[in-house]
Amino acid sequence: MNATATLATGKRVLGQLRHDPRTIVLLLAVPSLLLVLFKYVFYGSPQVFDRVGLPMLGIFPFTTMFLVTSIAMVRERTSGTLERLLTTPMHKFDLLGGYALAFGVVALLQGSVSAAVALGPLGLTVEAGVGVVLTLAVLNALLGMALGLFLSAFATTEFQAVQFMPAAVIPQVLLCGLLIPRDQMSDVLYWISNVLPLSYAVDALVAAQTTSSLTAEMAVDLLVVAGCALAALALGAATLRRRTP
Amino acid sequence: MDQVAIRVRGLVVDRGGKRALDGIDCDVPTGRVTGLLGPSGGGKTTFMRCVVGVQRTAGGEVTVLGLPAGTTELRRRVGYVTQAPSVYADLTARANAHYFAALQGVPASAGDSALAEVGLVEDADRLVGRMSGGQRARVSLACALLARPELLVLDEPTVGLDPVLRRDLWQLFHDLADGGSTLLISSHVMDEAGRCDELMLIRDGRLVAQDSPAALRVRTGEDDLELAFLALAERADLGTGATA
Repeated sequence: MNATATLATGKRVLGQLRHDPRTIVLLLAVPSLLLVLFKYVFYGSPQVFDRVGLPMLGIFPFTTMFLVTSIAMVRERTSGTLERLLTTPMHKFDLLGGYALAFGVVALLQGSVSAAVALGPLGLTVEAGVGVVLTLAVLNALLGMALGLFLSAFATTEFQAVQFMPAAVIPQVLLCGLLIPRDQMSDVLYWISNVLPLSYAVDALVAAQTTSSLTAEMAVDLLVVAGCALAALALGAATLRRRTP
Repeated sequence: MDQVAIRVRGLVVDRGGKRALDGIDCDVPTGRVTGLLGPSGGGKTTFMRCVVGVQRTAGGEVTVLGLPAGTTELRRRVGYVTQAPSVYADLTARANAHYFAALQGVPASAGDSALAEVGLVEDADRLVGRMSGGQRARVSLACALLARPELLVLDEPTVGLDPVLRRDLWQLFHDLADGGSTLLISSHVMDEAGRCDELMLIRDGRLVAQDSPAALRVRTGEDDLELAFLALAERADLGTGATA
């Protein structure tokens, strides 16, 4: 790996976003608007928002970065830029590292805006501190990015890539403990939720709400999420082939 | 110094269930402009992909600058420009050039001078997505020129350009060759064939002829290279061994 190429790639990806102000506004504002909506949909039963508000701060970056990355990679493939990049001295991991860097920055901004809205006007409380919430938001974004990158290899058009979002993301959202706690699900669903990385991210966020210090369980959850992100990145790297038929 | 930049022996490629290249043997000389001519679909792009090492092959050997095609070291010594401009439409020309300069490990100023070489000084800060097809093609070309590779592989670099610009670019190609670079340039426009030092005619996945434009004219007795190519293609169809 080469730090210059990685940094240049991160800068390039952010530069592409900078020329697309509408996407920036959507990335930063939509999660907060959805949180506000959630708060007022459950206005009569405030305990619902208190329970799901924090997990949603992890689910938003996961979902948006999944979508953004899978589309971006399909575009790199169809425009020929991916093939071109692979004929330069750049290493595959420089490309992935650059994307991780750029989307990590975006996730941090997105997480900061939605955390400010959730913890401020919406009155959500978190014992573990904003730092833990933002760390989890960025980690979730990187997980979404890594999964998006890997699955984009199986999409030949942007249309297909968009369809992977509901297929890969919504089941994880349904099973991650956001709607009902995982231990109240049927055994089969519980076991499935155990092998989905988003479940661990949400477990950690739920724990962050009530415990002020980093517990061993939270650390395990964080490691599982980080490990899954790395595994998906490695699988994604394997799909970036220099020599094609 | 090795006088052969690209050595190809028995190259066979299958693409999409069809034989795209059927046993190509050739030597491309160092420090010259070699034109790859032939109808579209004849195998020119596939041949170029083999040279830069992104094409899976079914047989044969491709040696580039003394190394097997696609070797890691060659990635800093070979520049490749695809037919469709492969640059980022949502960045300016300059941002593209600076990015590819960083990947090649050359200063950003090399990107600026490459943009100047392709005649994009005033438009350097425009978004590529708002440019004309010809301008995009030139941005793509600049991104390969900036690292001053020893071998430049250019797939139809002058399509859609106005005649003045085309003349200037061909002058640039010859200046690069005079400086010791090797250029392999594909075209399906016969009037560009005359600007090359050496010509390779590829048709139906086979190398029909390889020679200088002058020698091809003599060999076929045709002054017009288009007619010369036709004559060679007909001889090849009759199986009289035009490559001899």
